[in-house]
Amino acid sequence: MVKNYLKLQFYSLPCNQAFARDAVAAFCVDLNPSLSVLSDIKTAVSEAVTNCTVHAYRDAPGMITVECEIEDASLHIKVSDTGRGIDDVEKAVQPFFTTLPDDERSGMGFTIMQTFMDEFKVDSVRGEGTVVYMTKQLNPEVENVR
Amino acid sequence: MKVHFARSGAVLRIKLCGDMDEYTAPEARRACDRAIEENPTARQIIINLADVAFMDSTGIGFLIGRYKKAKSGGMTVYVESPNFAADKVLSVSGIYSLIPRV
Repeated sequence: MVKNYLKLQFYSLPCNQAFARDAVAAFCVDLNPSLSVLSDIKTAVSEAVTNCTVHAYRDAPGMITVECEIEDASLHIKVSDTGRGIDDVEKAVQPFFTTLPDDERSGMGFTIMQTFMDEFKVDSVRGEGTVVYMTKQLNPEVENVR
Repeated sequence: MKVHFARSGAVLRIKLCGDMDEYTAPEARRACDRAIEENPTARQIIINLADVAFMDSTGIGFLIGRYKKAKSGGMTVYVESPNFAADKVLSVSGIYSLIPRV
């Protein structure tokens, strides 16, 4: 059976963030996710894309790629950039860690991705870019039937 | 994002409407800071999130920034009526210990 697949590529402009999270939400809506699951997905995608905009391409805008695949009742999301990369991934995923404290950054982006999604992984190479992998189970819940 | 504010006695109520993310936060920051600066005699600031349809961690940074500004003016800040999604983001961050929900 063919797995449904979506690939988006867009410039790392803040105005594209709503487009990216709404497109991913629309892609998986056919599987009838609950509103809370849909909200979790939108928030996690927004965090990943924001990281690309704010950190990966801090010096100059670049391309962000968002890929999604539906496998049974799971949504796999891959958000990648070819920006500056992360010096220390282990440190970066810690709650409240930020390299931009003066910019009103909470340092909670990775924590939210981890908390809101069922699976989460970051690969990064300094000077080459970062890839975030996330998976969410899309089991329909009772709240949609009410 | 639209920002409305109203003063009632010592309370300055700021109502945010729309999505709170990296794109919309700068204008919301400017509008809120302007409201705080124009109301130096307010003692409490209540930030109403009832009409914030979406919020990611940008909202946490936004609220902490307004908290710091208000605190320097002797004001306390509260959050009011976040929807379930915004409440989840705020709860994960532990921000309610700093900015209580009313």
